[in-house]
Amino acid sequence: MKVGIIVFPGTNCERDTARAIEAVGSQPRLLWHTATEPLSGCDAVVLPGGFAHGDALRAGAIARFSPIMPRVMEFADSGRPVMGICNGFQVLVECGLLPGALLRNDSLQFRAEWVHCRVEAPVWGLQPGAMLRLPVAHGMGNYFPDASVPKPDVVLRYCDAHGRVTPQSNPNGSFDNIAGISNGNVLGLMPHPERAISDVLGSVDGSYVFQALVRELVAA
Amino acid sequence: MSGFLARVYVSPRPSVRDPEGSTILDGLHQLGFGTVEIVRAGKYFEILLEAGSGQIAEEQLDLMCRKLLANPVVEQYRFDLQVESSVE
Repeated sequence: MKVGIIVFPGTNCERDTARAIEAVGSQPRLLWHTATEPLSGCDAVVLPGGFAHGDALRAGAIARFSPIMPRVMEFADSGRPVMGICNGFQVLVECGLLPGALLRNDSLQFRAEWVHCRVEAPVWGLQPGAMLRLPVAHGMGNYFPDASVPKPDVVLRYCDAHGRVTPQSNPNGSFDNIAGISNGNVLGLMPHPERAISDVLGSVDGSYVFQALVRELVAA
Repeated sequence: MSGFLARVYVSPRPSVRDPEGSTILDGLHQLGFGTVEIVRAGKYFEILLEAGSGQIAEEQLDLMCRKLLANPVVEQYRFDLQVESSVE
């Protein structure tokens, strides 16, 4: 399985993401944002975290016009899995592959901390009710839904250590404690699963997300 | 072709919470500006462009706002336009 990882100027999680993909037995391939060839050699595409184009204007607003983005759109339209992590999620929202918007955190602070998330939808074989302990690191993770379009599936919600969805467990003011959504084969999430793939890092729960991606590829 | 100066104002839609505006409001209250009721924080752009007419310039600016400068899901925009200079 080959997983393309899109790298924009300012992306900074591509190596961690590549390592996480290797750890579940797939081959990562870093793809610079100026590439215009079709992504047909990839089985899945990940948009990793970072600060593409320095978050100028709005996070993801400039990256969505990268030469590679029409290829990413085509790839998503073909039904193959696309995952956006943190800044990658922001790019997916800006380009319209996922609905809604990601606003400045309600605290106005950049939040870098461990959170608990509860799986809410069985996307890619994830088990609803499963609890994941993952790190977040973002300034614009406050999900705001777009009432004018069909609702996406909520895949992850911020919760406390007991799985209760509470305002206190929401790090950014996100609507309905939303941490991740999907629209068919496109998944976006604010937490960083690639930073939670070994005990040394403090949690292995992120592997669960990458295993789900690979399971989806095997099933396809 | 004429040169135009556009001033573009982008602000959060009324239905969208604006924590930055709320924080500025608190600050103004602490400074003693107790009569301030609402602050909405947005973005301001000055754009110089050339266009065959004011109408064409307005159409171009409208597209710029919708495609990039504002996120229509959460932001609204308006702009005004003035003739900057004649080209040629």
